[in-house]
Amino acid sequence: MTSAEPVIQTTGAPRVKRTRRSRMRIALKKAPLSAWFGMGVTLCYILVALFAPLIAPYRETQVFSEAFAPWSHEFMFGTDQLGRDMLTRLIYGARNTIGIAFATTTISFTAGVTLGLLAAMYRGWPDQLLSRAVDVLMSIPSLIFALMLLSIFGSSITSLVLIIALLDSTRMFRLARAVGLNVVVMDFVEVAQLRGEGPAWILRREILPNILPPLIAEFGLRFCFVFLTIAALSFLGVGIQPPSADWGSMVRENATLITYGDVTPLLPAGAIALLTVAVNFVVDWVLHSTSGLRDEK
Amino acid sequence: MLAKRAARAADGAPLGIRMRVNPVAKTVLQRLGLGLVTLFIVSIIIFSAIAMLPGDFAKATLGQSATPETVAALQHEIGLDRPPIQRYFSWIGKMAQGDFGSSFASRTGYRRTVAEIIAPRLYNTMFLAVMTALVAVPLALGLGILAALYRNSWFDRLVNTVTLTTISFPEFFVAYILAFLIISRDTFAGTQFAQSLPVWLAVSINWTLNVVPKFPTLANISDQTPFWEHVWRAALPSITLTLVIVAHMMRMTRAAIINMLSSPYIDMARLKGMRPMVIVLRHALPNAWAPIVTVVAFNLAYLIVGVVVVEVVFVYPGVGQLMVDAVKSRDVPVVQACALVFAATYILLNLIADIISIATNPRLLHPR
Repeated sequence: MTSAEPVIQTTGAPRVKRTRRSRMRIALKKAPLSAWFGMGVTLCYILVALFAPLIAPYRETQVFSEAFAPWSHEFMFGTDQLGRDMLTRLIYGARNTIGIAFATTTISFTAGVTLGLLAAMYRGWPDQLLSRAVDVLMSIPSLIFALMLLSIFGSSITSLVLIIALLDSTRMFRLARAVGLNVVVMDFVEVAQLRGEGPAWILRREILPNILPPLIAEFGLRFCFVFLTIAALSFLGVGIQPPSADWGSMVRENATLITYGDVTPLLPAGAIALLTVAVNFVVDWVLHSTSGLRDEK
Repeated sequence: MLAKRAARAADGAPLGIRMRVNPVAKTVLQRLGLGLVTLFIVSIIIFSAIAMLPGDFAKATLGQSATPETVAALQHEIGLDRPPIQRYFSWIGKMAQGDFGSSFASRTGYRRTVAEIIAPRLYNTMFLAVMTALVAVPLALGLGILAALYRNSWFDRLVNTVTLTTISFPEFFVAYILAFLIISRDTFAGTQFAQSLPVWLAVSINWTLNVVPKFPTLANISDQTPFWEHVWRAALPSITLTLVIVAHMMRMTRAAIINMLSSPYIDMARLKGMRPMVIVLRHALPNAWAPIVTVVAFNLAYLIVGVVVVEVVFVYPGVGQLMVDAVKSRDVPVVQACALVFAATYILLNLIADIISIATNPRLLHPR
């Protein structure tokens, strides 16, 4: 795992101290087309997810008489296997799928980063214990582990979120610990300690600001990963359960249409793919502009 | 450090013996031991899956009409009436002899052992994985080296964008797109979309679609399927997996090679005026084997996860599909056996990768 490469300064000769906002504006101005595309698409998804009830033409679980109806003016993308409007399901799907993936990533990020930084700060046996536990958790592919845990606890949204957050926090832990280790040994941390600052203050004010860019980028990557895992689990029928609209299960439920040469089942799958591509583009750009070295992965 | 050396020098004779142990062998043995410990812990975790089952599991499985006797019989069958440690050792002992217990789907007089359920499926999954690996690994390494060599050229950028896009696609999306293309061969001409296009365009699209061989979209396979027929029917799942794997593997190979190319000794070779191809093949590659092997193993391990989804899409009778079905019916012994198979393969692949990188890279022998 490469981590915490030195930040390369790419600014020109006379270095002026800039405010955070002006630095952001300059970075945005230099953003490539792919990053703009990514940001635009992500923003659209967020808006659709937030205002789903206003945009959607029908209600989430409203059933019409005709199942598998073709595309028409009444039903823009036809209806699904129970006669629910596809477009409406797609719009509500944004809400459920993205919302759950975001909640999961936030939990895993918070837990992973906190534990990782604490391990980096205190070392000793807690660090050993956590690191070995993470090693073991990571020695089983996470989808397999998730499947096993779901077979025990059953597929409810709570268990889905907690299981995936637990499995995913391992990677956040590793990154936060690795990046944190480089900062913990710096003089300013020692100065803060000698000044008598508490661990929470040191963590938040001394260490965190110095390692934030790689962590934020990692948050984006982990979001993609979590999003894809949840979609895969729902597709397999053990993730988000009906009747909530969700893209993964929508693909599975309507998959039979493919055999008749109908593209409808590809729409939710495409929605998943488009969001992941968009987030990846943004993350790629953030990584490229903050570290300069970590642009290869 | 000094104290240790002094202690070794003090007991003289053992020093000589210890020096003769090949350091590579020693590191490899250490790594093997670590792998075994990991496997042991993982087996405990998978085992405790059954111990973590909610208390009324036997009752829930048997349904409302279960008599106390049948509940007790099932509890005895799963072994819930014995202490966990005793249960673990009898479980792992049987596992080592190939007895994975019996599925919850078995009824009195009709015992379905997990081993007999899993064996043919394991063969199918291995078949698919090996078939994919044989195509994907050389392809990805070749593309990765080329992209590293001509980095920042249009070729590199094209390959990068395409692979970044493929990585972001869920496996089932890639799978369904492929299936859709195959089906469109027959249905395209009749669609409204085709009729709205100009005739020449519709005809040429139809012609292009017909170039694609008509792979079967459902992988219908039994034990009697002949070898080449098996290859033919597994083609579409295999192509899907190849697309997903190649993207990852190629990007990682490229990164590894570029990392290698930024080393001082490569600059030296370049300053001597060597050709780029020679630099890559003679100077970069020998030192890049370790990272490349890691990349390959990592992706073959990733294949394990991809297999689950792709098998379900194409109804390919492999372990992945079995596991998903077992999760849905909450057939825990089958889930445990599948998880153990997947986890063991995963650990084994990583172990092999580590051992190869130790054996090919002398610098790894003395970790700081």
